[in-house]
Amino acid sequence: MRVRLLACLLAAALVFSACNPVGPPQASDGMEMEDGMSMDMSGGSMPADSLEPQTSENGRFTVSAVSRLDPVVINETHAWSLHIETADGSPVTDAEIAIDGGMPEHNHGFPTAPRVTENLGEGNYLLEGMRFNMGGVWVLTLEISSGGQSDTVTFEFELK
Amino acid sequence: MRRRLVAGALLALIVLAALVLITTGLVGAGNIGAAIRDLFGSSAGGRGLGFQPGPEPAHSWSDAERGLIASLSLDRLPPLPPDPSNAVGDSSDAVALGHALFFDGGLSPDGAVSCSTCHQPQSYFTDGKALANVRDIDTPRHTPTIVGIAYSDWFYWDGRRDSQWAQALAPQEAAIEHGGTRTAHARYVLENYQSRYEAVFGPGPDLSDASRFPPDAAPVEDGAKLAAWEGMTEADRGAVNRVFANIGKSIAAYSRRILPGRSRFDDYAAAALVNDRNRMSELFSAEEAEGLRLFIGDGQCTDCHNGPLFTNGTFHNIGLPMPEGSRFDQGRTLGTFQVVEDVFNCLGEYSDAKEEACVELRFIKLEGEELIGAFKVPGLRNVAETAPYMHNGIFPDLEAVMRHYNHAPPAFPGHSDLVPLAFTEEQSEALIAFLLTLSAPPDAPAELLRPPADQE
Repeated sequence: MRVRLLACLLAAALVFSACNPVGPPQASDGMEMEDGMSMDMSGGSMPADSLEPQTSENGRFTVSAVSRLDPVVINETHAWSLHIETADGSPVTDAEIAIDGGMPEHNHGFPTAPRVTENLGEGNYLLEGMRFNMGGVWVLTLEISSGGQSDTVTFEFELK
Repeated sequence: MRRRLVAGALLALIVLAALVLITTGLVGAGNIGAAIRDLFGSSAGGRGLGFQPGPEPAHSWSDAERGLIASLSLDRLPPLPPDPSNAVGDSSDAVALGHALFFDGGLSPDGAVSCSTCHQPQSYFTDGKALANVRDIDTPRHTPTIVGIAYSDWFYWDGRRDSQWAQALAPQEAAIEHGGTRTAHARYVLENYQSRYEAVFGPGPDLSDASRFPPDAAPVEDGAKLAAWEGMTEADRGAVNRVFANIGKSIAAYSRRILPGRSRFDDYAAAALVNDRNRMSELFSAEEAEGLRLFIGDGQCTDCHNGPLFTNGTFHNIGLPMPEGSRFDQGRTLGTFQVVEDVFNCLGEYSDAKEEACVELRFIKLEGEELIGAFKVPGLRNVAETAPYMHNGIFPDLEAVMRHYNHAPPAFPGHSDLVPLAFTEEQSEALIAFLLTLSAPPDAPAELLRPPADQE
């Protein structure tokens, strides 16, 4: 009798588990069209202002970097705006900036050679020639020199 | 006791039979049945391979996957932007002139070689050979297609030219390609296409003085041709260069019209975008869908083969074997210097672009280990129709390509951007099945896909 009860319970458990949707929930038909409109179809992107301002390694500068292409997408050469301040918040107007970066996980750099082409004043600089050729995690490193002092700041971000 | 055992076994059998019926799709057409089939489909690991649970799991995609699939669709390809370096790129008169020149053997000393010798319209503008070869001499590289190439920033496998028109000039003077010279070609076009040339560019220079304009003068390795070129005045060289550039600009106006057509994959991507699984299962077999899943997933193919043309337009070393007896091909390392020095580049005097429009050349990457032995990522549209494969034509078929990606030997010199895929035979076959869905006749007016009527 106990065995039969056990078998019945087992069967019931199987039947009920089958009634519960398993795996990832499937979007219903009604949602799909709206979904299609908001879906990222770029193959790798991020909003232009995704990067938090960073303090350089030795604390000398605070740097913000915003793309002029919004959203940032793969395979399009574009420009960024940089803003550099000292630790006490005054703009750095005479910075020399060397650019490096790439995808450390893939062991390759940028597909282009981006560089700062213009000092826009008040601590603002134009960085041209930025390009990302695939989705994934990228780093952008700025080596900044000003008033005889140098420091390095690194941004890490993901295009997805 | 025995009766209870028999009853228990019978019950277990009934439950098992019910599950089998549901998973095979014979009963339980509703959501619950689908859910059970999804569970068993995915736990089989192959999502429809070997185990056939019906069309649904094969065509079940997450939102992120659907976005990624859409990113590869022709529907995402923007209209062809103008080429700022070619002012006549969208002129119909230039298209007509370029169309004629593309098929004209007159742009070679023996009349035997035209652009279409290697870029054959019936073969998606390729030649089916491992290495480009005219007059029985192999060049070092495989003929790439020109379908959709107008979207590129760089031309040739090593990107040693930066526009379609500058590219169209180089083979004309390459000794083992057309084998001509710019003075001969300028004279030929001005004589044979005078009114059509003038309709696009205005009157050309008078080249009739053979002492000022030698029959065969060009800045090439051949000593006699080079000496003749260096003997010309700078102004006369400039006049010839201008006509030669215009020949390239006309050919580019024609070839930029040859665009990729809509493939079965593009229809599938449209169905995937709205999650129409019935339509998806009509368009793709489970195996093709599995191939697509591998392409955008574990295969990491979209790292380089991304966007609607399936290329990121940049240069990568993938550790390819070299054809027997060949020397190491430096690829992009040399291509960068050649394009910077090319007098017909975007920043040069024969370009119609303003300096700020030459973004790619201004920010060209000239240094980096990743340039060594790196070649341009080819687009994959019509890949099934354009064998052999790779810049050196080393692989005769897609199966050989898959074997390379599965093993991914290290590159030397340089470093390979590949990691071994180690796909099973079934997975490799599925990936190839997917690649076959990317074929479609070129999108171009039919008359542009054959020689002009008066040349046939």
